[in-house]
Amino acid sequence: MKKFLSHTGKVLPFDRSNVDTDAILPKQYLKSISKFGFGDWLFDDLRYLDPGDVRTDCTTRKINPDFVLNKPQFENANILLARENFGCGSSREHAVWALKGYGIRVVIAPSFADIFYNNCFKNGVLPVVLPANVVDSLFKLTAQHESIQLTVDLENCKVSYGNEQSWSFTVDESRRQNLLQGHDEISITLLQTAAIQDFENNLKSSEEWLFSQ
Amino acid sequence: MVTQNSPKTLYDKLWERRCISTSEDGMSLIYIDRHIVHEVSSAQAFEGLRAANRQPWRRDSVIATPDHNVPTTDRESGIEGIADDISRIQVKTLDDNCHDFNIRQFDLKDKRQGIVHVISPEQGLTLPGMTIVCGDSHTATHGAFAALGVGIGTSEVEHVLATQCLLQRKAKNMLIEVNGELHPGVTAKDVVLYVIGQIGTAAGTGCTIEFAGSTIRGLTMEGRMTVCNMAIEAGARAGLVAYDQVTEDYIKGRPFAPKNALWDKATAMWKDLHSDQGAQFDLQYQFRAEDIKPQVSWGTSPEMVMSVDKLIPNPALFEQKSEDYQKALNYMGLTAGQAITDVTLDRVFIGSCTNSRIEDIRAVAQMVEGKTVAKTIKQALVVPGSGLVKQQAEDEGLDKIILDAGFEWREPGCSMCLAMNADRLMSGEHCASTSNRNFEGRQGSGGRTHLVSPSMAAAAAIAGHFVDITQDGVL
Repeated sequence: MKKFLSHTGKVLPFDRSNVDTDAILPKQYLKSISKFGFGDWLFDDLRYLDPGDVRTDCTTRKINPDFVLNKPQFENANILLARENFGCGSSREHAVWALKGYGIRVVIAPSFADIFYNNCFKNGVLPVVLPANVVDSLFKLTAQHESIQLTVDLENCKVSYGNEQSWSFTVDESRRQNLLQGHDEISITLLQTAAIQDFENNLKSSEEWLFSQ
Repeated sequence: MVTQNSPKTLYDKLWERRCISTSEDGMSLIYIDRHIVHEVSSAQAFEGLRAANRQPWRRDSVIATPDHNVPTTDRESGIEGIADDISRIQVKTLDDNCHDFNIRQFDLKDKRQGIVHVISPEQGLTLPGMTIVCGDSHTATHGAFAALGVGIGTSEVEHVLATQCLLQRKAKNMLIEVNGELHPGVTAKDVVLYVIGQIGTAAGTGCTIEFAGSTIRGLTMEGRMTVCNMAIEAGARAGLVAYDQVTEDYIKGRPFAPKNALWDKATAMWKDLHSDQGAQFDLQYQFRAEDIKPQVSWGTSPEMVMSVDKLIPNPALFEQKSEDYQKALNYMGLTAGQAITDVTLDRVFIGSCTNSRIEDIRAVAQMVEGKTVAKTIKQALVVPGSGLVKQQAEDEGLDKIILDAGFEWREPGCSMCLAMNADRLMSGEHCASTSNRNFEGRQGSGGRTHLVSPSMAAAAAIAGHFVDITQDGVL
C-alpha cells in the first residue's frame, strides 16, 4: 500500500450529513470484479444527469453542473469535506475505491460510519474526524473563498489552513503506523501465526463442534 | 474497573471468548469462526490472495453463495442463464474461486442457495458464541443467535481468509430494552423501525447493541433476526439478543448444528450467553411496546419513519436536520402534513435479508388470502430468502395463495432490496418494501422506497396504498 505521510490539497465541500455508500457509489457499479476504474462513477446519481452503468462511456454523459464536484473551482480537489455519519449504509469497499479512483486522499467529517471508516485505512485514504464546529467553520471558509487548500499531516495528526489555523485529530496508533509505513496488514497479522494457531487448537478442544463438519 | 469477576455484558463475553491479543492502542485480533462469502464483495479478496500466493487459513469455516446479483426468475440454466453479461461474470467468478480455493458453495442450482443471512442460520452454520463475518453490512443479523456478527469490507474479507482473524477495536455497549406486549399486527420490523426513528441512524456508531426486554424475548428467531439485521441502520456494526430456549429450539436438528454429546456440551456452554445481572452498559434506551404502531418510512434515511396513523412531519421541527429532511421530502415527492395512507403506491417488494423468512411469507399469505392486488399496483413481488424457504412455503400452499392474489412468486436472492439484478423501481415510483434501506436510488435510480413490515406491505398491495392494519376489520 502507498504510504501516507502528509497531504496538501484542495477541499471539495459536500455539505450533507448521512451520505450513504449507495450515494458514493450506486449498486450498478458493484458488478465489477476489479478494484480499479471506479473514479468516474463517484457520486454517480448526483454527478450526472443521465443514467449509466459499467458499460457506459462517462465522457459522453450529461454532467450535472449544479453538483459541487462539477464546479470548475473544485477541479482536482482531493480532500472531501462532509457532515456527520459519512459512509453509512452498506459495507461496500467499492465506495472507497471510487473515492480513491477519483483522487480523494482525505475525507474530513465530524463522524463516520464504522465499516466505511475501516475500509478507508485499508486503501490509503485517510478519514479525519474533526469536531462539528470545526467542520462547520471549514465549510464557511470554502464558501467565503473560491476554494481553499488544507494540509493534512498524519505524522503530527494535524490539519492546517495556511499558517493561520490548525486543528489536531486522533487516529488509532496501529492504523497510523500502517499508513505512514504503507504496511500490508495481512503480513503484519501473520507475524502472530503461532498465537493464532494456539488459540485455534484450544478452541478445537473446548468447542469442537465448530470444527466438526 | 472491570475485573475478571465483574458482571459482563453479552458482548463483553463474546469478545473475550475470541480475543487473541490486544495492542497498546486498543486494536484487538479477533478469531473468526464463520466466514460467509457472496459474489459482490469477494472477487477482489480472492484476487488479493492469488497475487500474494496465499491460501485460506481454514476452508471449513467458509461458506459461499451467490445472492446479490442473481436473477429471481428462471434458474434452470444456472449461471449460464444469467442474461446480464457483467452479472454473469461476477457470479461465475465466485463459482471459479470456490472451486480454485476448495470452498463450500451453495451454488445457483442448489436448493440451499439464498440470501447469505437467511441460509447460514437455516443450515445451523450460525451458532451461539460464534464470531461471524461477511462482506455485507447486514451480518448484524446473526446476533439474534447470541453470536457476534459483523459486516466487513473486501480488504477484511481477504484478511479473514488469509489469517482467520479480524482486527477490531472493541465497541461500546448499548442496551435497547423494549418491554410489554405488542399490539396485534405490530411486528419485529415495526419495533426496529420505531427504535431507529427514536434514536437516529448514527446513534449506534461505535456500539454493539443488545436488544433486550420482554418484547424482544417474546419474538421468534425470525423476528429477532429482523431486529438485529437493522442494528446497522441504527449505526451499530453488530446487534445481539441473549441465548434462550427459543434460540435452542430453532437450532436443534439443523444440518450443521452439533449433535448428540456435542449438542449437550454446546448447549451447556451457550446457556451463559446473556448479559449478567448488573452488567454495565455505556448507553441505554428503554421503549414500551404499547407505544409502537405499524411503521412506514417517509424519507430517504431509515430514521425518517412514522406511525401509519400519523401525518408526514414538518421538517422545520427537526432543527439541525431540517434541511436534510426537506431534501428527503422533495426527493420522495411528498409534503409535510400529508397522510402517509394517501400516497399512491406503484410497486410492492416483499423480501430481503430483513424479511424473507418463512414467518414473513406466512404473514403475507395470511393478509392476502382470498384478496386481489390493487389494479394500480404495477408489480407485487414476493422473493423468498432461500430455496428452502421457498420449498417450505410451497409445501404449506402459501405460494398458491400469494399467486392467486396477483403477486409474483420468485426465486431466492437479494432482488429489489438493492436492485443489482433486473428487479428495480423506475424513477418516481413509490414502493412498499420490506427491505432495510430507503436511500435515494437504492431500489432503482429515482425510486421512492417506503420501509414496512411484510403484513403492512401485503395490505398495501391489496389496497394500493398504506393502511393501518391495527384498525378493526383489517386483520
